[in-house]
Order: sequence, then structure tokens, then C-alpha cells
Amino acid sequence: MTTTAEPTARELGRARIRKEDARLITGRTRWTDNITLNGMLHIAMVRSPVAHARITGINVDAAKQLTGVVAVYSGTDLDAEQSAIPCAWPINAEATPPRHVSIAVDTVRFAGEIVAVVVARDAATAKDATELVEVDYDDLPPVLDMEEALGDATVIHPDFGSNKWVTFPFDSVAAGATTGPTADEAIAAAEADPDSIVVKRRWRQQRLIPAFMEPRSVVVDPTGEQLTMWSSTQVPHVLRTMLGVSLGLPEHKLRVIAPDVGGGFGGKLQVTPEEILSTLVARRMAKPVKWTETRSESMLSGHHGRDQIQDVTVAAKRDGTVTALKIELTADMGAYFGLFTPAVPVFGAFIGPAIYKFPSYAFVCTDVFTNKTPTDAYRGAGRPEATFAVERIMEELATELGRDPLELREQNWIKNTEFPFTNAGGLTYDSGNYEAATEKATALFDYAGLRREQEERRRSNDPVQLGIGVSVFTEMCGLAPSRLLGALGAGAGGWEHAAIRMLPTGKVEVVTGSSAHGQGHETAWSQIVADRLGVPFEDVEVLHGDTQVSPKGMDTYGSRSLPVGGTAVVKCADRVIEKATKVAAHLLEAAEGDIEFQAGRFSVKGTDKGVSIQEVVFATFLSHNFPEGIEPSLDSEYTFDPENFSFPHGTHLAAMEVDTETGRVSIRKYVCVDDVGSVVNPLIVEGQVHGGLAQGIAQALFEEANYDEQGTLVNGTFVDYTLPSAADLPSFTTDRTETPATSNPLGVKGVGEAGTIASTPAIVNGVLDAIRHLGVKQVEMPCTAQRVWRAIQDAQGGAK
Amino acid sequence: MIPAKFDYVRPSTVEEAVSALQQGGEDAKVLAGGQSLLPVLRLRLAAPSLVVDLGGLAELRQIGEDGDMIAIGAMAAHHDVMRNELVQRHVALLGQATETVADRQVRHRGTLGGALAHADPAGDLGPVALALDAEFVIAGSGGSRTVPASEFFVDYFTTAIGENEILTQVRFPKYTGWGSHYEKFNRTAQAWSMVAVAAALKIDGGTISEARVGLANMSSTPVRATGVEQALVGQAATADAVRAAAEHATEGTDAPSDADAAADYREHLARVLTGRAVLAAAG
Ligand SMILES: Cc1cc2nc3c(=O)[nH]c(=O)nc-3n(C[C@H](O)[C@H](O)[C@H](O)COP(=O)(O)OP(=O)(O)OC[C@H]3O[C@@H](n4cnc5c(N)ncnc54)[C@H](O)[C@@H]3O)c2cc1C
Repeated sequence: MTTTAEPTARELGRARIRKEDARLITGRTRWTDNITLNGMLHIAMVRSPVAHARITGINVDAAKQLTGVVAVYSGTDLDAEQSAIPCAWPINAEATPPRHVSIAVDTVRFAGEIVAVVVARDAATAKDATELVEVDYDDLPPVLDMEEALGDATVIHPDFGSNKWVTFPFDSVAAGATTGPTADEAIAAAEADPDSIVVKRRWRQQRLIPAFMEPRSVVVDPTGEQLTMWSSTQVPHVLRTMLGVSLGLPEHKLRVIAPDVGGGFGGKLQVTPEEILSTLVARRMAKPVKWTETRSESMLSGHHGRDQIQDVTVAAKRDGTVTALKIELTADMGAYFGLFTPAVPVFGAFIGPAIYKFPSYAFVCTDVFTNKTPTDAYRGAGRPEATFAVERIMEELATELGRDPLELREQNWIKNTEFPFTNAGGLTYDSGNYEAATEKATALFDYAGLRREQEERRRSNDPVQLGIGVSVFTEMCGLAPSRLLGALGAGAGGWEHAAIRMLPTGKVEVVTGSSAHGQGHETAWSQIVADRLGVPFEDVEVLHGDTQVSPKGMDTYGSRSLPVGGTAVVKCADRVIEKATKVAAHLLEAAEGDIEFQAGRFSVKGTDKGVSIQEVVFATFLSHNFPEGIEPSLDSEYTFDPENFSFPHGTHLAAMEVDTETGRVSIRKYVCVDDVGSVVNPLIVEGQVHGGLAQGIAQALFEEANYDEQGTLVNGTFVDYTLPSAADLPSFTTDRTETPATSNPLGVKGVGEAGTIASTPAIVNGVLDAIRHLGVKQVEMPCTAQRVWRAIQDAQGGAK
Repeated sequence: MIPAKFDYVRPSTVEEAVSALQQGGEDAKVLAGGQSLLPVLRLRLAAPSLVVDLGGLAELRQIGEDGDMIAIGAMAAHHDVMRNELVQRHVALLGQATETVADRQVRHRGTLGGALAHADPAGDLGPVALALDAEFVIAGSGGSRTVPASEFFVDYFTTAIGENEILTQVRFPKYTGWGSHYEKFNRTAQAWSMVAVAAALKIDGGTISEARVGLANMSSTPVRATGVEQALVGQAATADAVRAAAEHATEGTDAPSDADAAADYREHLARVLTGRAVLAAAG
């Protein structure tokens, strides 16, 4: 065996500027829409303007006659080939998902659903022709409200007989995660006990639009031996397999490439109707085709996120000790299932108990169909919802008991000395230090000083009131142990793959199955490998996102890349060293056991004899003088399947100002101390935290996808869908504690979603804390000026 | 997104532009900075057969002094207006309002004339032009005519500019030495106004001797808050006096209700923001 000391950390922990930035920021790179192929045809989609209707006729004649139009297809033309869009995680073995068609055949079920496909010689003509396609609709009543949908007055998928799909239950006792009373029993007991308190609240997680920067685009080239698809996707590997399975194409005849991809936030974790239809059209035409969406098309038809009603109950002793938590969700699936639709809210089941020692816990999620765009993964996927539920209810409990919210949390959280700890959701948290993160955060925030200021402003009746919002969170990252996914009915494993190729000149190619779309893998992976192999950072190239280059992978989502994919890279580098040690021993005429590897050099213990890794690589390339019985290659592969999730945590504090005269909310100060374990590149971590905060704050204050009574999305452009910009956000104070994860050799936990998960409840708690003394109990998200002003008016009116 | 097909001309004189419009007929559209027109074309809310680009008319970018007026060419970009020294000295309110328009990129492309001709009731420059009694110089086949601000704004997206006419210049009287402030309230930092108040005051010896107040997005056109103006004149600029005057802010308004704000909330905002704008203008 190799006797490697831990690699010298020259790169790990270094705040390198990302090597991919220059090309990504200038856009001078391979976006899918930049790809042009000889003879390429262009596709434009005709989409339903109505939410629910029977299609009684489609007339494509005028469109077909436009010069430059090559073909126009309706659902009837393509139905025999289109099969169905797969759902990879139906969470319930007994229930089958409704057939999710790529193009509607006789019924449309959401506004934005594709009803016809136009193929033309150029994109402008294709677009012109969409306006000439005439579709007759016979309106059906749109089902838009989740709770009304459960009444089944109109059933969206008649073969199912109901708009309710399934109910997913979790009970900590049944699951063996806790002993003692069930959550229902504990809540009933608390209700009957004068020394206990039960707090029950209802909140809405509004519908959000992922709003990635690069609109989606697909190019399909059917002219080679393999059919090649370029797609602006997060999941080229998943897409290849799913495409093969759903269209009956042999997988080895498919190559999928995700070139540079401009963001996804979960919105490109999908197998889309457009990818299926582009494939069908390319095959029919035997020519390359391209489809690129417009921004409005993207907002209307790309999957949406969140959209739940949450009924949350907490029981506690009057001294503040929590005794039970129950989370009941009603989740809007939209009209169909995408890749992970029903699984998204269910992620929350396991992390629901969060940082707390709930002795009893229950979770139940009811999945409902509506005539809206399907929902699916959006940054955090299930965990922001669960974290909101628990951090809001803990705030309410603190208020009811008249306790400081941080102190009440500390009373109930898992102490640093109690790790590893199995929560009531059955997850075993390997490590954590909530005390350290909280101590650092409160100091940076000046918690005591701001509390004093809050008091003063209340006393002086200042028109601008101050509130302090708290959120102490944990989440599960590093999707995921395969056996666990299997037990939950997922259609895939949770491993990740890496390969390292040692080139003759000593340069290194790292192949990863993670598929970066803006995260900075190329830089981080290079840093890891540079340290591990002792080669210069510049000598490492990271290859990804092409099933021909990186044939194995589970792609990027769920903050899995570094804990899972990064670990695969580490293990793979170790294999390279293991192989190289044998060669070095041979070259140095020493016993393998006497070889030491450090900082890129193999040396014989206790001597000054040694060879560099580059020399070993070159000797292997030549193979002139090579040990017998050993394969002349140092190239290695590794597939890593994590033993456990990783559990980042942190303490987020928001000082919120509310102008009580106008209702305007602004963030005076935002401090977060995140513990994402060991840090490979602090600059990338910082970037992920900032972006995550912006999106979480956006849910709290700015964003909401609105539908009218007809089921039309009314704010599907950037003019009306109010995304915040840097000008709407404060300068964040971000800091870290580093409690390494024990489940992977890097000690990393994942940071892609932390900011989004933690910040939403911190902001809302802060808004309420500023105006609760005025009688306000609740403000729905997003907490717009108008909503806050009305809440104050209503509360004051009620008091008069 | 791709606009429908159109023809395009880029004339080099106002006369040529006017005759191009005439030949283009009903379907011709003028292009200034394109910040409002291009989105409309790309969303296919309009499909003109001809676009007449005023980008070649350098003369329409001039900002100059003309007696006791400041004359601003219709094609002066927002950025150039707000940075102009004459504007800052004599029509400070216009500069202040222009600074709140959209973001840097839009302010470099969008023009004063384009914004006023577009006449979005949420626009920030309409209430300024109205409150400050600007004059609009409009060129047609028969030469130029001048329209006072009180007659320029007709309805939603509708002005006194006729078919085949071009707005060439906007003229502002000088308000040298006046205090002014533009108070804008929006959903996100760089968005259109939910409600905004433009205020300019002349204060002599602690007393308000003249007042100009205009409101954005409180009706189908910008609104001049004459009730507020009258209530202010002769008052000392104290918080109480200003607040009392601001109660008149909703007179003559017809506030719209939309997803951002219902009418009653807009009315409330108009009063609060008027108070704030006037107090800030008083310094
Ligand atoms: C993201 C964004 C945010 C914005 N936010 C704001 C804001 O906060 N406040 C605000 O006030 N505005 C805002 N605007 C609008 C901005 O001020 C535009 O510049 C303005 O409305 C139009 O000016 P333009 O020069 O771009 O005109 P164009 O878009 O070229 O033209 C607009 C219309 O006016 C007509 N027109 C233009 N010039 C003339 C002329 N000389 N004679 C006759 N007709 C003419 C055109 O035919 C067209 O119908 C925003 C725009 C964008 C894109």
C-alpha cells in the first residue's frame, strides 16, 4: 500500500478566481443556442393559451403554406411515437403517474402546454408560422385552487377519478426513529395538559419560477451513427437514459451533451417535452433541428417550484421543551408529473425535525393535480419548505411563550456533544455545532444592541419599526446513499463517477459525472486534484457534460457535486497514486513499502532518491522499463456511493425594517454563519451563499407566479415577475464555522442551497417581529409593501 | 423573441422622417431608444410595417438654453439629461426623476422624447413635465407646433402627437433656485413606479410662495396635484402643514388597481409620498 501523508494543501482552501468565469461571463462559449449545423431546421411551439379544454380542431394549412415552413405537426401526428415523459421518483409503488404527453392530443391541461410543432428553415419563419396555426378549444372548467381541486368537481385526469394523487405519510414511531407516543398522541396529550401548549399555524409556500439566466435550448442531430442531442440541461446522463427508455431508442445510439449551461436552480433537472419533440422531429426529417425558447415561454412552460399549503403543529411544555411536531402539506403538482415532481415535497419529510430533538414527529403530504404548469425541483427542493415550516413554528412558539427565539431554539437543539444524532425523521446527523455558529452570528450581528434599538423604536413609536428574524437550520445534502433512494422508490442510485487520465506530458484530465452549470466545478475539481496528485493547478483540465466524454454520471442537483462527485475524484486520484507507487518502486529499485508520496514526488524513505509523478507518468507511457504483471496505465476510475447524506447547518439573522406608513420592508442587516464543513474554495462558497440568499429572500419578499381565474399566468415576464437585483439587497455579512463532515474524506457538506433554505424564514420572522406589537399575526409571502400595510391596517382596525 | 417582419429607414433630417412616416401610413412607427418599442415588437403586441429610426438625427440630441427656457431635444438620452449642467441648475426635478428611471443600461439608450411620447402612466418623466409646465414641440408635414403639457397627455399611452408627427423638443421654464424632490415607490429597486410624486417649491423667507406637484401612476395620464399646490402656497414648510396639504393628493386622480397595488393603497401612498416629497423639496 501507498504510504501517503495527507496531501499538502496548497490549493484546498484557496480563494481562486474561477477559471471558467471569463468564458461564461462574456458568453463567448458553447451555449446550445450558439450551435449551428449544416441544413439545420428550426422548431417553434404553438402553446395552449387556455388552462383546461378539449381540442376540437387544429388547422395547420395556412402555417404550412408560409414560405420556409417545412412541416407542422399536431398531437395526433406525433402521438404514436411520443410515449410519455418519465417520472423517476413516483414515491408510491402502488400509484402510477398520469401519462405526461409532450404534445397534447385531445385535451390541454395547463396554459402553455404544446399543441402544435412548427418546423421551418429559419427561426423567424417558424415563429411567424405559429401565429397561423388555428386551434379550436372547447373550454373545460379550470381547476386552480388546491383545496377546491380535492373536491373533485372537475377531474383533470379522468382515469384517476380524483385530483388527489396519493398521500405520503411519515410517522416517527412507525418508522422506528422514535419510541414513545406518536405525534398525534403527544399533541392530544399536550392539549389536555395545562402545563403544555400546542401551537398550530397555516402558511402558504407560493409558486415560484426558477428563472435561470440562459433560456432552454435543444439541438438534435440525427445524421450520425448515434443521435446527438445538445441540451441546456443539468442532467445529461439522466436525460440520455430516460430518453432512451421513453422513446425506445437504444441507449448506445444516443449521445447527450450539456455544453456550457447558464444556470438551472433545479429548473433544468428535467426531461422536457421539447427534448422529446425535437428528437421526434429530427428523426422524421433526418436533419438537425434546433429549438430555443423565449423568456416568456420559459416562464410559462418550464417547471415551477414550491406551491404548498402547510399546516404545522408544535406541542411543547410550558418550560419550552418541545414534545411533538406535525407537518401536513398539500402540494400542488400542476397538471402532470415531471422527473421528480411528487418526490420534491417528500424530501422535507426526513429533514422536518431539523436541528431539534423532537421526541415525536409526523409528516403527511397530499399531492394534488391542478390546471397549472407542473411543479418540480427548485433550489432547495423540499428542504426550504420544511425549514420554513419548522423555523416559523418555533418562532410562533417562542412568541406564545414570551421567550427569546434564539434561547428557545438552543433549549431544544441537538448539542454539539450529542452528535452523531438520529433525528425523528430517521436521518443520522454525523456532525454539527449549532452553538459555535450561533455564537459567531450573534456577535457579528450585535444581537443585543439591535434588540435594544428595537425596544427604543417601539417606545418612541417610530414610523419605521425594527424586527429581528432568526433561522437556525440544517439540511440534507449530498444526494444520496443508493440503498436509501431504493428504499424510497427512486428510479436511480445516488452514486457519482470520476475518471482521471494521466497524459504523457504529465498533464491531467479529470472526467466527472457531475454536470456543472455555473457552480465552478472546473476550478474546485482542479484544486482537489492538484493537491492530491501534487501537480500544478494549471495542469488539470476538468471534462464533463458529454456522455461520450464522461459516460457515467448522476449529474448535478441537491448540493451533491462536491460531497459525492468530489469524493469520487479524491478516491480516483488515490488510485492513480496507488498504481504510480508500484511503478515508482520499480524505477527507484526499491520495495513498494519503502516509497513515500508527497507533493508530487515519490521517494525512497530515508534517502534522497526519488522521481516526480510526471516522470512516472512518462515512464508508464513509454512502458520500456516497466514492472512485470502490471498494466501499463495509471488511468483510474472510481464510483463513489455515499454512506450518508451530509448536513450543513448555520445561523441566519436578519434585521428587518418596516415602514409602517407604506408597508415597505427593507433589510437593514443580514448576517449568516454557515457550516458547510471543510472548504475547497472560499470564493465559490461565498458566491453560492450570496446567490442562495438572494433567491431565498426573493421568496420571502418579491416573487410569486400569479394565475388569474382562467388559469392564465399573468406575470410571466421579467417586467411583472419581480425578481430582485443587487440593488434590492443589502451587503451580506457571511462567515463560517468549519465542522468537517465525517461521511467523506474531504469533510465537505455542500453549499449550493444553504442560503435559499435558511433565509426565507429568517426574513419572514424578522418582518413579523417588527410589527407583531401592532397586532399583526401573519403576512403571506411574498411580504410586499401592500400586504404588510394591509396587515397593519387590519390589525389596527380590529383593535379600534 | 423575434419580432414580425418590418421595413426600416433611418432618415437624417426631421423633414425626411416626417415624410417617411407619411409614406409608411398608419402602420409606421417611430423608433427612438427602443426601450419600450422593441419589447412591444418582440412580444408581437405590435407589428408595424415600417420603423422610422430617429437615431440619425443628431440635432435632436441637443440640450441648450433658449432665453428663459431650457430646450431638450427629444432624442437626448436619459443619462445625458440627468448629467447635463443646465438641467441640474434650472430643472433639477427633471434630473432627479430621470435618475430613478430603470437602470444604467436603459438610461443610456432610452430618451426623454421616447419616454414622454410613449406616455406610460407609470412613467417618471410625465409628472415632471406636467408639474413644471413644459412645452412640447411637435413637427408634422405642415411644420412645427407647440403644445403645453396640460394638453399633451391624453390617455393611456396616448398623447397629442398626431399620426405622421414627431416630437422634436421638450422645453422647460427655468426653476432656478427652487427646491425639488422626486419620491418614487416601486416593487423592486429598478422597476416602474407604483406611485411617484414630483415636487418643486419656491420658498421665500420660510414661506412657500409657489409649488408644483405631479403624480405618476395615479390615473391614465400623469396628474397635476393642484389641490396640494394651492394648499401649500402661503404656508411655512412644517411637517404638519405639509401633511395637511398632502391630504389633497388624491383629488382628481383615478388610481388603477393591479397586481402590485389596489386603488385604495395607491391613494394612501399618494398622500404619504406627497408629504415626503414636499418635505424633502423644502430641504
Ligand atoms: C427595463 C426597463 C425599465 C424601465 N423603467 C422605467 C422607469 O422606471 N421609469 C420610466 O419612466 N421609464 C422606464 N422605462 C422606459 C424608458 O424610460 C424608455 O426609455 C422610454 O419609455 C421609451 O423611450 P425610448 O427612447 O426607448 O423610446 P422607444 O422605445 O423607441 O419608443 C417608445 C414609443 O414612443 C414613440 N416615440 C419615440 N420617440 C418619439 C418621437 N420623438 N416622436 C414621436 N413618437 C416617438 C415610439 O414610436 C414608441 O411608440 C423602462 C424601460 C425598460 C426597458
